[in-house]
Amino acid sequence: MTGRNYLNERRGLWSWLTTRDHKRIGVMYLWSTLLAFFLGGVFALLIRLELLTPGKTVMSADTYNKMFTLHGAVMIFLFIIPSIPAALGNFVLPLLLGAKDVAFPRLNLASYYLYLAGALMALATLAMGGIDTGWTFYTPYSTSTGGAVNLVTLAVFVLGFSSIFTGINFIATVHKLRAPGMSWFRMPLFVWGMYATAVIQILATPVLGITVLLLLMERLLGIGIFDPKLGGDPVLFQHFFWFYSHPAVYIMILPGMAIISEVIPVFSRRPIFGYRAIAFSSVAIAGVSFLVWGHHMFVSGQSVLASAIFSFLTFLVAIPSAVKVFNWVATMYRGSISLQAPMLYAISFLLLFAIGGLTGLFLGALATDVHLHDTYFVVAHFHYVMMGGTVIAFLAGLHYWWPKMFGRMYSERWSRVAAALIFVGFNATFLAQFVMGSRGMPRRYYNYLPEFQPLHILSTAGSWVLALGLLIMAGYLLASLRRRPDAPPNPWGGLTLEWQTGSPPPTHNFERTPRVEGGPYDFHLVSEEAAAGRQR
Amino acid sequence: MISWLRDLLMPAAGTAYARQVDDLFVFLTGLTLFFFLLIAGLTAWFVVRYRRARGAARGAAVSQHTGLEVAWSVIPLALVIVIFFWGFHGYINAAVPPAEALEIKVTGRKWLWQFEYPNGLRTINELHVPLGKPVKLVMVSEDVIHSFYVPTFRIKQDVLPGKYTQLWFQAAEAGVHRLLCAEYCGTGHSDMLGAIHVQSAEEYAQWLEKGGEGAEAIPAAQLGRLLYTKYGCDACHSLDGSRGEGPSFRGVFGHPVRLADGRTVTADENYLRESIVQPQAKVVAGFQPVMPTFQGLLREREITALIEFIKEQK
Repeated sequence: MTGRNYLNERRGLWSWLTTRDHKRIGVMYLWSTLLAFFLGGVFALLIRLELLTPGKTVMSADTYNKMFTLHGAVMIFLFIIPSIPAALGNFVLPLLLGAKDVAFPRLNLASYYLYLAGALMALATLAMGGIDTGWTFYTPYSTSTGGAVNLVTLAVFVLGFSSIFTGINFIATVHKLRAPGMSWFRMPLFVWGMYATAVIQILATPVLGITVLLLLMERLLGIGIFDPKLGGDPVLFQHFFWFYSHPAVYIMILPGMAIISEVIPVFSRRPIFGYRAIAFSSVAIAGVSFLVWGHHMFVSGQSVLASAIFSFLTFLVAIPSAVKVFNWVATMYRGSISLQAPMLYAISFLLLFAIGGLTGLFLGALATDVHLHDTYFVVAHFHYVMMGGTVIAFLAGLHYWWPKMFGRMYSERWSRVAAALIFVGFNATFLAQFVMGSRGMPRRYYNYLPEFQPLHILSTAGSWVLALGLLIMAGYLLASLRRRPDAPPNPWGGLTLEWQTGSPPPTHNFERTPRVEGGPYDFHLVSEEAAAGRQR
Repeated sequence: MISWLRDLLMPAAGTAYARQVDDLFVFLTGLTLFFFLLIAGLTAWFVVRYRRARGAARGAAVSQHTGLEVAWSVIPLALVIVIFFWGFHGYINAAVPPAEALEIKVTGRKWLWQFEYPNGLRTINELHVPLGKPVKLVMVSEDVIHSFYVPTFRIKQDVLPGKYTQLWFQAAEAGVHRLLCAEYCGTGHSDMLGAIHVQSAEEYAQWLEKGGEGAEAIPAAQLGRLLYTKYGCDACHSLDGSRGEGPSFRGVFGHPVRLADGRTVTADENYLRESIVQPQAKVVAGFQPVMPTFQGLLREREITALIEFIKEQK
């Protein structure tokens, strides 16, 4: 354990900045995205604080508008999109496949530097007075408002390429670098999820690039595309924007689902139920994701026929999502379940994602969506999917692979306390928002009617509990790094390949190329004692 | 149980259509609770029953079951098809206004709503409609996208610059219903509020004939205070000296004002009048020329009343 590994083989800042090792790039992505998560979280807490009372609590309306814009943009572009694929995925995907690295290590490093450049550009707008367009940049508001909108849209353009590079890399890696014996249906489901995500990344992200370039052309050159004053069509922007941003929702949730598909079988000691159903449902979600963007626009003035078609297609996404949830639950049946931190987060995910998914039915149905559109109901719904789903799954993955990444175990007791606080705080924050939304509280409101104040207070108090849970988590994870390396190669008794090498792994991942002779979840072929023995 | 859920989760229903929407909403709430409890219940049961420490009988692993996979694909599919048609039915009804509907023009702009009635009468932020008659709104925006949202009617429609959108409703409850802007439109977004007054046919006809207001009897400064909030002046102009999108009214009257072009003028009655009807003529230094004109919207007495009100803000 104290032997040579990817962390200690080379030393010094320069060796990190010029590394082509997927594990080091993954770690750099991890710290960067966690920093972005912290920053976005601070913005969120300030928003919730401001909403404690109607009217002014701590900041002006303009500051508030900039705050929610930054919260959304930082969380989506700098944290959630790269968090699982680029941070955790970069680290474990080649390990799961039994490969030495990704297919294009230099492209991988370039992706990180593009991310860094985009992040710095986006944060530089803070110094330039911020932007107040909302993360959606709807025209003509975004073409008429002041502030550093140009720089932010350029940042989004650059970040898009960072995401595309990761996608290209993963697809090539999955096709070309699987270990001998690893057929497609012996791949861990995390790989299937990453693959489906990568397909969306390289097909949808260029549209975002085109959209922000058109926006820039209009702002800088006065070419009328979206602004009706120049002869453009503002609703056209929404079509362009959601053509990317709806698939992007699946860029965010599919990796979360992919992690859950790893964690549940390992901590239940059971083969995953319905391997093929879960794998194909990832592909199905990726496919349908391109055909549902218009459900963001039921009240935008698009035609009734278009709305009807988009509504129908939207409901089709419910099927593969439901299939996954039922298969995960069925995997636990007659298992041997241990409630360590990764599994606690996986169970949190199941419950929160169920709520997030089911409340999507209200928004897919036309008549109810008209009432709920642009209210707190939508805010609560997508936080249940994005935070209750993806972020909780990210935390499951972080706790699952942390010993592999850094060779240290963390405090089990504190990890349970934090998971409980996060679960309770999250629900207090966002359940209240469902009720506010259905009762008619619009989103992005600085001021609100006094009748909503009790629920706003509950939501704000919930955000403090949630923040406390996350701070405790940061505390014990960072504290674990100061311990002596103590993680065994396979602390959870997993059967996938990353557990068959050291914690942390050597620079070239495996001492010899692994040969794959069975499925990734063949727990029924391994006796209880043997599985326990593997942990040593 | 059902009406309790509806009252907890939904605002009062002001139209028959709103009650139809509520039926679907309550159905979906029930469905959500059922599936959530199913998933949570099974999870809790498995976690307790098959905890590793418990050594429960586990038996052979089943990791595939085509029958189950088909069941939990087909049952949700059938359910969502029902939900789709249910939602579509309501949406179609809301999309097509009856031919005999009373037509009112709506203009949205930062940060107020303006209404024009068939007889040419105009109001700001206050929409009067007759009870039980279909009303069709033809809407357009003067600047960015707004969204016309009436929670008690369960209706919402974006209001676009350069393109008309429409919306219709038939109020079933007399009284005041709240109008909100639901599409983010900048600083005053959350103050872009209005009220829909649903009146009996006679009251509505009387109101139209009198030219809107029964305001003649109120003293000027008091009327001005009412107009200050009614026309949304308060979204930008504070009374306590704090800086908003526009300058505060406090202490402005009779004092010198520095303009954006470098001149200094004294804020007398004519200056205030001009700033209301032609706001771009003299822009105060340090502020953006964003105020809309109120020319033709206010009657003379209303302008006088507003100026009297501003005079009082010493």
